[in-house]
Amino acid sequence: MLQPGNTVRAVWRARLDEHLGMYQLEGLRMRAATMLDASHAVYGVTHLASLARLLPERDPHQEIYDLLDRTLDDFDDVGVAAVHLVRFELAMLAELGFGLDLSSCAATGVTADLIYVSPKSGGAVSRQAGEPWRDRLLRLPPFLSTEENGRSGWADGDLRDGFELTGWFLLRNVLEPRGQGHSDARAGFIAAVAKYMTRSNALTS
Amino acid sequence: MPSAVAGPEIERLIQLLARLPGLGPRSARRAALHLIKKREALMAPLTAALQVAIDKIEVCKTCGNIDTQNPCTVCTDMRRDPSIIVVVADVADLWALERAHAVNGYYHVLGATLSPLDGIGPDDLAIDTLVSRAHQPEVNEVILALNATVDGQTTAHYITDLLQDANVKITRLAHGVPVGGELDYLDEGTLSAAMRQRTLF
Repeated sequence: MLQPGNTVRAVWRARLDEHLGMYQLEGLRMRAATMLDASHAVYGVTHLASLARLLPERDPHQEIYDLLDRTLDDFDDVGVAAVHLVRFELAMLAELGFGLDLSSCAATGVTADLIYVSPKSGGAVSRQAGEPWRDRLLRLPPFLSTEENGRSGWADGDLRDGFELTGWFLLRNVLEPRGQGHSDARAGFIAAVAKYMTRSNALTS
Repeated sequence: MPSAVAGPEIERLIQLLARLPGLGPRSARRAALHLIKKREALMAPLTAALQVAIDKIEVCKTCGNIDTQNPCTVCTDMRRDPSIIVVVADVADLWALERAHAVNGYYHVLGATLSPLDGIGPDDLAIDTLVSRAHQPEVNEVILALNATVDGQTTAHYITDLLQDANVKITRLAHGVPVGGELDYLDEGTLSAAMRQRTLF
């Protein structure tokens, strides 16, 4: 029952606060068993669990909890799962105090045609302002753009751009200061997504 | 109130016994008392058996099993089917499968399963030797007998990816209704998995 991906209701009872007490667990959403067959799902849920561990203990994070619940409920489709995971990483960055400002261009203030992100400031950059430094900027996939209202469509390259974007800031701002790197599960998830995309592209062409 | 009821030697024995799986301080105290009462009949033979185990037990260089010979008894058993390698996480799993007489192949003990949450990565498992064994021409099937947990199946998928270029069939244990299990007590995920993996009857 206590598997990553499952939702349980836990009731703790003890006579005094300092007692070890006893937990009574009831499974509410037992998703783990449905995920075991799909490599993207097991890698993804393991990565989500390791991200959730970055939050301080005994500290409520209602928005992240709700987002995690929605993410896990919609994990069957590989592409949708990938988009959810990038969005979750972005939300984790914000929750940990390193949120990216993707609403307007950090250089000019315009809110249209935002296709880059500055790796230094984490602010969005418009196509025109970013063109001279395009090789040094990270790409902002349309599904993360507030201008596009987080549209649901994406191409394979968008997913790769999304993982590069969130991966860069997670590593620099969160993981490296703690002496950690990206989890193997994250690499496994990205590889599973790439493999699935290659296979589905070969089938459609 | 006195803090200890026996000398330091006995307290040390109790502390060490309490580290064994399934034993707490109270049960360790009972076990220690039992050993002391049966010093000649039990304690001395147990001490001798432990010393022999320390001196002789080795990890099999082929499969990772533990035994008093290297290669282990399983690996030197010529009656086994050399075309099958059963991959397990731990020696306890190997012993469980052997108790069940479930398969007549050879084994490979990984040592653990991948678990980023516990800091266990691919380098901590005996995966390189498995890949090398799976590429041997006599091997036709690799059975992934790993736990039906997220960690176990993450490991199974990881190994499957690594064995893509080996000319072997990769199978894994079925997931679903346990023998003696009643459907209305099973969680929906297990029921879905069982339904997906239903077989002809």
